[in-house]
Amino acid sequence: MTAQEGSQGVAKAATQRSDEDRSVPLWRRPFTWLIVLVGLAFALLPAWGDNVQLRESLLLAAVYITLASSLNIILGYTGYVNFGNIVFFGLGGYICLYLVSEWLWPLAAAALIAGISVSLLALIFGLGILRLRGAFFALATIGVNEAVKAFVSNFEPWGGATGIYLSLEVYEPLGGPRQALWTVYFLIVAVMTASLFLSYLIKTSKFGLGLLAIGENEDAAAVLGVHTPLYKALAYSVSAFLPAIVGGLFFFKTGIIEPGGAFDLTRSIETIVMVMLGGLGTVTGAALGAFLYEELRGVLLTTEAFSHFQLVIAGLLLLVIVLFAPGGLMGFIYRRWPRMRRLLE
Amino acid sequence: MTINRLILITAAALLTFSQTSAADDTLTIGFTVSRTGKLNNDSIAQMRGFELWRDELNAKGGIAAGGKQYKVNFVSYDDESANARVQQLYTRIINQDKAQFLFSPYSSGVVATAAIVSEQYGRIMLTTGAAEEKTYKLGNKNLFQVYSSADLYLAGAVQAVKELNSKADVALVYKDDPFSKAVLQSARKQVTEAGLKTALDEAYSPETTDFGPIINKIVSAKADVLLGGGHYPDGATLARQLYDHKAGLKWVTLLVAPDSPNFATLGDAAVGVSVPSQWEPQVSFKPDFGPTAEEFTQRFQAKYAIEPGYHAAGGYAAGVLLQHAIEQAGTLDQATVADVLNKMDVTTMFGRTKFSTNPKEHGLQIGHEMVLAQWQKKDGKLVKEVIWPKAAKTADILY
Amino acid sequence: MIGVVASIIDGVLVGAVYGLAAMGLTLIWGVMNVINLTHGAMIVLGMFALYFLASALGLPPYGAVPVTIVIGFVVGVLVYWIAVHRVIGRAHLMSLLSTFAMNMVLIGLGTALFSTSPYNVPVPLPGITWRGYTFTGTHVVAAVLALLIAGLLYLLLYRTRIGKAIRAVADNREAAELNGIPTTQVLSFAFGLGVALASVSGTLIATLFPFTVLSGGAYELKSFVVTVLGGLGNPAGALMGGVALGLIEGVATPFMPVSWTPIIEFVLFVAVLILFPRGIFAFARS
Repeated sequence: MTAQEGSQGVAKAATQRSDEDRSVPLWRRPFTWLIVLVGLAFALLPAWGDNVQLRESLLLAAVYITLASSLNIILGYTGYVNFGNIVFFGLGGYICLYLVSEWLWPLAAAALIAGISVSLLALIFGLGILRLRGAFFALATIGVNEAVKAFVSNFEPWGGATGIYLSLEVYEPLGGPRQALWTVYFLIVAVMTASLFLSYLIKTSKFGLGLLAIGENEDAAAVLGVHTPLYKALAYSVSAFLPAIVGGLFFFKTGIIEPGGAFDLTRSIETIVMVMLGGLGTVTGAALGAFLYEELRGVLLTTEAFSHFQLVIAGLLLLVIVLFAPGGLMGFIYRRWPRMRRLLE
Repeated sequence: MTINRLILITAAALLTFSQTSAADDTLTIGFTVSRTGKLNNDSIAQMRGFELWRDELNAKGGIAAGGKQYKVNFVSYDDESANARVQQLYTRIINQDKAQFLFSPYSSGVVATAAIVSEQYGRIMLTTGAAEEKTYKLGNKNLFQVYSSADLYLAGAVQAVKELNSKADVALVYKDDPFSKAVLQSARKQVTEAGLKTALDEAYSPETTDFGPIINKIVSAKADVLLGGGHYPDGATLARQLYDHKAGLKWVTLLVAPDSPNFATLGDAAVGVSVPSQWEPQVSFKPDFGPTAEEFTQRFQAKYAIEPGYHAAGGYAAGVLLQHAIEQAGTLDQATVADVLNKMDVTTMFGRTKFSTNPKEHGLQIGHEMVLAQWQKKDGKLVKEVIWPKAAKTADILY
Repeated sequence: MIGVVASIIDGVLVGAVYGLAAMGLTLIWGVMNVINLTHGAMIVLGMFALYFLASALGLPPYGAVPVTIVIGFVVGVLVYWIAVHRVIGRAHLMSLLSTFAMNMVLIGLGTALFSTSPYNVPVPLPGITWRGYTFTGTHVVAAVLALLIAGLLYLLLYRTRIGKAIRAVADNREAAELNGIPTTQVLSFAFGLGVALASVSGTLIATLFPFTVLSGGAYELKSFVVTVLGGLGNPAGALMGGVALGLIEGVATPFMPVSWTPIIEFVLFVAVLILFPRGIFAFARS
């Protein structure tokens, strides 16, 4: 089963269901509550027992889940491969840190503005590059990422190649470093939950229907009346919003941001791997894939025997998925337990 | 009789307890190493410095503090030469592995990231392999820098050049990364203050492999002197291409790259190239404690079969300094040890060490001086000689 | 003024090698619609081949060139069968990811084996000096060899049967199959050829600059830019695109800080993709 077939199958199932389910309000649907549960689990587990170690690893997982589910909006639904998706994360980080360190804005406001501005930029850019199809689009997104990275490296107000360093005083308004770390964590969990919601909401909406149609056959969708350029650009823009915010929060917590780490192409591609691992076009898949991959990398990193072969193992994993299980985990689950299609989007 | 027995029993108990305590106590030090990624060459050298120190120390029974002997145990992970994992790893090192003291990773950018965590949790970190000053100006309380900071790197070279040719035209060509930029920011001022002319001032992208365009610019600017570079890969390439293009420079000082023994593979292209060095095997400081530079070099060579560069020396020095601080403090308590470190003004095989206690730049290294080393041909073989400052030199300058 | 001319000449020389590197990428794309993301690793393969053949085995540096072509070809065919065969014809994402995964595996193995230490192969050749500017002998030889190999590729594609088969499959795979051409064999041959080109360009680059296991990445990105300039699937265009890129780099550097060159490259890249999806040199397509 190819990913295209996989996502098409998913899309078909979604289309069948959407007609019935759209009448059921959001808060009555079991999947909504599943998302809420996940969010609560992330928030409460480390808090209960002040488990800092768990918080740290869940934080990274939450960041990646946000990136993966947002990427899913453009990649999974419309089928457009955004190789440079990390550019939203990096730009969001830079804008937020700049506002916090130079203009002394409070964190939440800075992150929000970062999200909005990056979304707007994405909309403008999107209208331009989404005219390209397939591999051309994919390459263009790499070009955008590299161009932005090169530009930021030369942009002195943002620290050029050195980047922005946050003074340790920024933690004061948040109650000192220990308190601030928890606060930032909860904010990130909130954003992660929002990203899952957003992905789900779009999928079950008319907008999402249009996106899935574009994914299946763009020309047919256009003929059928879907306003493809606008829809694609909106999807691209929406897929930028939450990664930008979470970027702002993540880099605030990290305390420094510099071009290499902010616009890391490898991280971008890992996000794609996560979506593929979990199952293209599914909300659960993106989350599951992100979580599993991040945990796997964490284990590989700290286990002496494997740390040298980290890249090799990650690469082999990806290869196996692509060659033999392109539907990802959700594809496997859906085939084994077809009832799950109804429950887990 | 009963009292005597009691005394005997108590004495026996005390003896047993003191023996077991002496054998069981360990001191855990945590850090990350770049086992993979662009920085792994020098990061591993640094780690070897740490390990040599630890092995020698444990062979002698460990650190003696407050009447107890502590064996040193390392906890380390691979940070992949990237900031991404560093915070997670240091948090793990502090919270899970319960390290009492920390060493830094290698390279200023990575260290800055790690420093945030060490500050958030209030653990002492000795930084080595990190020269950028910005990290220390952010309001820290627990960082202690072993290396001389970036602004001193080219000061010696500028002085040397001024002496050789006060009318020299200087080209500043350097890598666009935090470390090199910091160094060149100061160098720029030093050049102007020395009354030398700046003929060219440009940064090149870290990805650059073809220096032809920029070398042509150097030729067009008719420069006599080149100061700059970055780290090993670009520095080595630049040196080689300068030679191939016959750029006509009379003096070339590059950062970091020429210090590595591998630089000798450039053959004739290496002759005359100088490098600001934190330390060279030939230095002759008289240490207050610990081995001399010569002893260190011998032991390092015996264990690893290559000559130590300054990265390894910095690692070793970090260990020696921490050990001394703990021994002086007589306890592992963070505040007391920090106190001792703050008051320290000592000389080791690495040179003089004194940490700044000014809260605006706490931990900045203000005692250590850098030397300038140059590759020269001795009996047909390439060797690195120390040429500056005059007090420490082992050979004359090649201009 | 002379500085600019020297810069331009230098740029063109290096550009020829960029072009050679990109030719492999564009050939594979043109024939089977696959973007080979192991391209960078294959360039590194060529670099290490030079190192081991020249330094360890004592072969004269340029003698490694034909050997690398063979090695690259064999490795390319292997990669085809492992990572590409199953995903041809499927969604682009699949081949992008499978070749990328292969790349991760290869670079990971390389790092584990060789670490990221730099390697260098000194090639002593006299340069050509002109009014104070020197053009290194290695640059000139590399450019000449790049053109030579490009010429050989042309001969292969247009004067041999296998070349004809490749072009047929590139045009329309089903029709070629119907005409009795064993398309799978041809595809694997073409892939091997593309990788051989990438590898040999790596060998040539290694005669110019030192390298590490991670050096391939930068050249891969440059190859993307060149491929887009020349038009995906158009080897002659790739060569011209390479020269064009070299030229742009050469012209730009005397006039602006060198660190701005990547910005120009990538903005150009995106602009060309949007405005000239067939590449600027599309007219050269045969």
